[in-house]
Amino acid sequence: MLDIRDLSVVFTDRKEPFTAVEKFNLQMDAGEVVGVVGESGSGKSMTAHALMGIIRNPRAHITGQALFEGVDLLSLSPRQLREYQGDELSIIFQEPMTSLNPTMRVGRQVEEALRIHGRLSPAERKARALETMALAGLPDPEAVWNAWPHELSGGMRQRAMIAAALVLRPQLLIADEPTTALDVTIQMQILETLKDINRKEGVAILFISHDLAVVRALCSRVVVMKEGRIVESGPVDEVFRHPREDYTKLLISSRPTRTKLKGGASRD
Amino acid sequence: MAKAAVKRVALLLATLLLVTLLAYAAFSVIPGDPTHTILGLDATEEQIAALRKELGLDLPVWQRYVNWLTDFLHGDLGKSYKFNMPVADLLAPRVQATLTLTAVSFALIVVISIPLGIVAARFRGGFVDRAITVLTQVTMSIPNFIMGIGVMFLFALVLHIFQPTYVSPEAGLAAHLWFMFFPALAVALPKSAMAVRLLRGAILGELDKDYVRTAYSKGNATGAVLRRHVLRNAMIPVVTFLAMTIADIVAASIVVEQVFTIPGLGQMLITCIGKRDYAVVQAIVVILAVVVVGCNFLADALYRVMDPRIDGR
Ligand SMILES: Nc1ncnc2c1ncn2[C@@H]1O[C@H](COP(=O)(O)OP(=O)(O)O)[C@@H](O)[C@H]1O
Ligand SMILES: [Mg+2]
Repeated sequence: MLDIRDLSVVFTDRKEPFTAVEKFNLQMDAGEVVGVVGESGSGKSMTAHALMGIIRNPRAHITGQALFEGVDLLSLSPRQLREYQGDELSIIFQEPMTSLNPTMRVGRQVEEALRIHGRLSPAERKARALETMALAGLPDPEAVWNAWPHELSGGMRQRAMIAAALVLRPQLLIADEPTTALDVTIQMQILETLKDINRKEGVAILFISHDLAVVRALCSRVVVMKEGRIVESGPVDEVFRHPREDYTKLLISSRPTRTKLKGGASRD
Repeated sequence: MAKAAVKRVALLLATLLLVTLLAYAAFSVIPGDPTHTILGLDATEEQIAALRKELGLDLPVWQRYVNWLTDFLHGDLGKSYKFNMPVADLLAPRVQATLTLTAVSFALIVVISIPLGIVAARFRGGFVDRAITVLTQVTMSIPNFIMGIGVMFLFALVLHIFQPTYVSPEAGLAAHLWFMFFPALAVALPKSAMAVRLLRGAILGELDKDYVRTAYSKGNATGAVLRRHVLRNAMIPVVTFLAMTIADIVAASIVVEQVFTIPGLGQMLITCIGKRDYAVVQAIVVILAVVVVGCNFLADALYRVMDPRIDGR
């Protein structure tokens, strides 16, 4: 489904060119959940944004290929790329507090991709959006539909973001540190929701985190990034138990994340 | 929400009451007796006493205020000594002229600044943006009086697009508004320049926010991101600015009226201050204050509608 080849992102907006991502390679199958871990500033978000086509800085030079179902996303025109954005590919971000538009009701933001990719009537859109909001674990979709973002808690906003990203049932969801800004119990619940979505809907997830323990709770495979490069990769349990790099060991938090998740124990 | 709205309306009424009190008090402490102006310096004591009684000037100040306010609320704005006619009849056509000028000016500010602000931000750093920056920089610093002369000179004397003599609404609404367009331009240009810069800055500020990234990730084109997401957020500071400038716009209208010899409140104000025709002056001050306070109230309501984060406070 996805084949990223030698993806690099170089910024030339400072004195020295800065390579945020260097020769990133990754293959993903449909329905797979793959993790990307690395310390802050290691280039995880830039990789995700480049893949999504949302780096708008004209001083960012993106090279390589990102073949999605055989089509190189990086060589598409903006108009062609928009066909994929929010439809086959979608993304959720680290900052649920600011990723929603503060002056647009939550419901309209959830159904927005349906509107842009214009396939359904308003009533069908709303029905589809409410159903997706329930899937994303929002307890009272009708009430949330009319709410403003500031009326929701951080966890609820992230669920609204998840619903908005999933409303067209993309093939691939990129989750860029979706729980980093949330407290631990909420983090667990959201990971659980993502896992459910993967199981029920078969949406592949590229899950980004700075915490290998969190990645282990959700993913089968992982790549470890450091200073823009992949330094290690493999099945997540193997990397977790026998990290080759000292750097990787530092990315394992002491929190016993995985035992709290259903299904996590079966891998031991 | 409802309670907060009641509170704001109560505050509005209190403000208006205070305005009338101040307007009344200000002209009660100014030295000089209108009886001299009316009767001349060689009037007899009896004549003056009789007139003072007729005008209610023999009553205590607070009583005069209450009487005046009661009459005012019933549409009786008093009588002009100089023109020897009811103030209401005297001012009606002038209020119309000045408020039309103010309203057209305000509409022009909105119509000029919103598209230019959007275009400047959208094509940031390009030729159009730089041209707009230079233009606004220059326009912003020109006083309304000079701007009025400039507009008059360019459009009336050089281009002959309009005749620089006042066209009243009796000559037809279209002709009236067409004439008013030019003084309104003189009022609107400096304020529009400020609004353009403010909107441009606000849009650029919004474009860096996370929700814009989200909007792009859903497949929105740049135009749709601006229209559907950024504009409403960027307009919030602009609405605040416009609300704050309403008083300035009224003041600028009065200045520009002089240049275009529009028989509006400005002319009347100057004449009646000179003649100590205080009934007229008070009425004008109160009318202008009510307009400004009322517009600010509406702007505040609009601001609350636009920004859902501000609620019942
Ligand atoms: N506009 C830019 N110019 C130069 N460097 C940038 C720019 N934006 C981001 N970077 C750098 O790219 C690197 C990777 O950032 P990012 O992908 O956000 O890291 P993370 O792994 O924490 O998500 C960081 O070191 C950051 O400083
Ligand atoms: Mg990041």
